[in-house]
Amino acid sequence: MKQLRSDKLNKSPDQKYVPERRGKRKKVLRAVSLTIATILTAAVSLLFLMPIILTITNSFMSPTEFAANYGAIFATTKSGGRQFVAQFVNLKFIPDMVSFSQYATVLFKSRDYLFKFWNSMILVLPIMLFQLAIASLAGYGFYRYKGKIRGVIFFAYIILMLMPYQVTLVPNYLVSNWLGILDSYWAIWLPGIFSPFSVYLITKYMNRIPKSCIEAAQIDGAGEFRIFTKIALPMSKGIIMSTGILVFIDYWNMVEQPLILLSDPDKYPLSVYLSKINSGEVTLAFAVATIYLIPTLLVFLYGEEYLVEGITYQGGVKA
Amino acid sequence: MSNTNTKAKKTRQKYSKHQLRAKWGSTIFLIPSVAGCALFFFVPYLVVIYYSVLDNPFGKNFVGIYNYKNVIMNSAFQTAVKNTGMFSLIAVPLAVLLSLLLALLLDNKIPLRTQFRTFLLSPMMVPVASIVLIWQVLFDQNGAVNVVLSKFGVTGVDWLKSDLAIVVIVILFLWKNIGYNMILFMAALSSVPQDIIEVARLESAGRVKIFFMIKLRYLVSTIVFVTIMSLINSFKIFREIYLLTTDYPYASIYMLQHFMNNKFKSLDYQMLSAGAVLMSIVMVVIIVVLFKAEEHFSKDLDG
Repeated sequence: MKQLRSDKLNKSPDQKYVPERRGKRKKVLRAVSLTIATILTAAVSLLFLMPIILTITNSFMSPTEFAANYGAIFATTKSGGRQFVAQFVNLKFIPDMVSFSQYATVLFKSRDYLFKFWNSMILVLPIMLFQLAIASLAGYGFYRYKGKIRGVIFFAYIILMLMPYQVTLVPNYLVSNWLGILDSYWAIWLPGIFSPFSVYLITKYMNRIPKSCIEAAQIDGAGEFRIFTKIALPMSKGIIMSTGILVFIDYWNMVEQPLILLSDPDKYPLSVYLSKINSGEVTLAFAVATIYLIPTLLVFLYGEEYLVEGITYQGGVKA
Repeated sequence: MSNTNTKAKKTRQKYSKHQLRAKWGSTIFLIPSVAGCALFFFVPYLVVIYYSVLDNPFGKNFVGIYNYKNVIMNSAFQTAVKNTGMFSLIAVPLAVLLSLLLALLLDNKIPLRTQFRTFLLSPMMVPVASIVLIWQVLFDQNGAVNVVLSKFGVTGVDWLKSDLAIVVIVILFLWKNIGYNMILFMAALSSVPQDIIEVARLESAGRVKIFFMIKLRYLVSTIVFVTIMSLINSFKIFREIYLLTTDYPYASIYMLQHFMNNKFKSLDYQMLSAGAVLMSIVMVVIIVVLFKAEEHFSKDLDG
């Protein structure tokens, strides 16, 4: 490249300007397209960011202000009698007055929310940890196992993973009933732990570990388990973390499973409780949602790099 | 590594105990997952197939394809299939296309690139209940979208109770899933070999040409992967639809999951089972087609 340009520069003066001018125009064009790209991305980002901002800022809105702004949709008094409100909602990003009363109610006055929050934690964390553990083992197993039925089993996993929850609902219910774990957390934990989703992701990634790494370790006399813990696991750290984030977010927001498999509302996680929040409490909803968002936010901030990195090899050629 | 018994017997004599353990060790890693999946999904699924050919779970009379006929002729099922199919056909390709476009946008050296990426991923974090509230505020008869429309002199509709309900759900789906898809594409784009692109540039190929002739070919398996993920997520959107509109929504967003959910509630297991089996057959077909397509389009690329 450089050689070419210097060649041209050494030629006669009138020829000298041609490539430069063209380069300038190209530069301008490039700058313009870059600006357009930036503006476009910024606009889309803003649109995407809006609900999260709305959730957080509106959680500081006093019940009266909430009623004034959103009363047109939600009946905000317990008796159902609507206060005088405008006909339309008033989408408001910044409350007139910052009020902490919702947080006071959610955190101190009513113990329900914190209790349900704890339920969510107890439900989600074991599922996430054990699903990852079992899926990492299985991922390595699929990577190393070359039997004839490997393809069949893995295909079954993919189909299973694609099924909407409503299809696996009956099988789930039947087994829980048969094992006598209906109405207990086990009914949600166990199917969650064995969910094929993370097996698929982790296997797809582990398949990329070069065979030479394994062979080298074998020559050094390492057993399968040692190869798994010392080579396969560290190499797949990114995908395991990013799968963990996806699993956490998915189960943190679960609604169907508890509704069907648990009959005692006291055992419900906050996600169910929050989604069934009744009209008298709707002013609290954004405050509860904000608190509910915190663990996801932490997981996300901690793991976003893994989410991006972990996927890097996934999307490549030949799965 | 051999699989059949006879071969295993032969190898047992040939290899030492240690080597044999190494050979079969890999199977042990699969056992927890396969056993769990078998217990919680595969075996009960066989039971579901069994149920689908019985008159009821208690009488256990074989009725053949009666339940299948019944479910296919059911008008609610037909509406549900039509809506779910429509939704997936619109939402999944849109999600793939738009996220690819966004990834290409972010592939430029624009300022605040990582920040934008995080912003676009942020919908993943928002709790479902909060999404539902905000979508109500936006798309209610008295909602914010209609306020904006009325400023242009357009009379708004109650979006979720109109034929446009599906549009609202598609928007919700896209908003929620595009960020993650985009990350997958960004990762794939960054793994396209730079030397090939350099060569193409020297041969003065334009950016559009480079995209279609080179990058797209390396993106094939990611496109398949993103399609699969979007398909999974397109079924998960039922959660939001359900919370927005409960058991019986406006006809245009009555999904297969509604049908199954309602059949489950009314304890009509035969119909539910037949529906579930039919749905799995469709899924198998879709996956086989996707994998064949991937194989076809990326066969002459070397890893």
